[in-house]
Amino acid sequence: MIKPRCGRDFPIIYPFLILKDTPFFPALIDEVIDVASSIRRTAFRAAFPKTIPILTGFLFLGMAYGILMRTKGFHPLYPTVMAMTIFGGSLEYVAVEMLLSSFAPVATLLMALMIQARHLFYGIAMLDKYRGLGWKTPLLIFWMCDESFSINCTAEVPDEVDRGWFYLWVSLLNWCYWVAGATIGAQVGAVLPFDTEGLDFVMTAMLAVIFLDAWLKEKQHWSSVIGLCGSLACLLIFGADGFMLPTMACILLALTVLRGLIERAEGKAGDAV
Amino acid sequence: MSPMPFPQQVIVILLCIAATMSTRFLPFLIFTSKKPTPPFVQYLGRALPSAIFGMLVVYCLRNVEVLSGSHGLPEAIALAATFLLHLWKRQMLLSIAGGTAVYMLLVQLVF
Repeated sequence: MIKPRCGRDFPIIYPFLILKDTPFFPALIDEVIDVASSIRRTAFRAAFPKTIPILTGFLFLGMAYGILMRTKGFHPLYPTVMAMTIFGGSLEYVAVEMLLSSFAPVATLLMALMIQARHLFYGIAMLDKYRGLGWKTPLLIFWMCDESFSINCTAEVPDEVDRGWFYLWVSLLNWCYWVAGATIGAQVGAVLPFDTEGLDFVMTAMLAVIFLDAWLKEKQHWSSVIGLCGSLACLLIFGADGFMLPTMACILLALTVLRGLIERAEGKAGDAV
Repeated sequence: MSPMPFPQQVIVILLCIAATMSTRFLPFLIFTSKKPTPPFVQYLGRALPSAIFGMLVVYCLRNVEVLSGSHGLPEAIALAATFLLHLWKRQMLLSIAGGTAVYMLLVQLVF
């Protein structure tokens, strides 16, 4: 059943919903409602398989996070609420340390901004894809974690699937996985009956496959090489805790300097990647 | 339990939320659909994704110790398995599951 709300469904559905309480055309009304919910269903069927690796990874990592917060003595609601609102794995782990040390709001904010700065890049890359989707846009931005960004940025949404709903399902499902993982970890503790050591590699494997897939599809490899080499070089120079900001600066600089070259390589081979 | 009083804990969490959401929302607030996006930003939007994926792979592997422990061998072997599987079958889920399985076997049984 569709309730009237703003966004894509609204203009088509609304008049029929008014008609629904009248004796006119009940069969036609049912059909229209079916179409609207089938848009969502088709999008869900396309989106869910893409999120299966994240289902595994987020349940596991979320549980580890929930268990960690419990062992540090926090109330079990903390991981759930923080997973729902911050929704950024690495920062949430760091936030545990912040909560356990002395109160330093400025340092906290700067640290959090540094850890999350990479989202600025995601936003720039998703400007065209996420804009103009009505009420879905702010939700998609709110839920734009590394994994949702990676999937939505690379997914080739089939023509018969509604793009907005596809993005929304991917983002919503990922958010649910993470919140569910953190909650299970906090409430139940370790529940998996087998040895899970190494299961967190599922996130690395997924990003590696997405990287490889993008590599196979793109017409020039400048960006990929810049991203990979730039971050490796910065990791060697600055170490694991502080290499992301220098990496982002490197990438931005290299892309700016090589713009002419990259755009020519793109143009020569056809459409932009 | 945290030595921090509850209101301060709330502030820390709120700051983390604010930092996350400002970085997620800022590009969309600066480049609204009312004004045309500058060509350079459009170019960045096209060129950035591949660079970001390279960066995220390194980010996932940032804590691997190459000089000590297992020298990053499990990671290297599992990544190679993931890549080969993907080049062979082009089935994303299969490549991810296969690579993860190889890694779990390696860290649990071999290294």
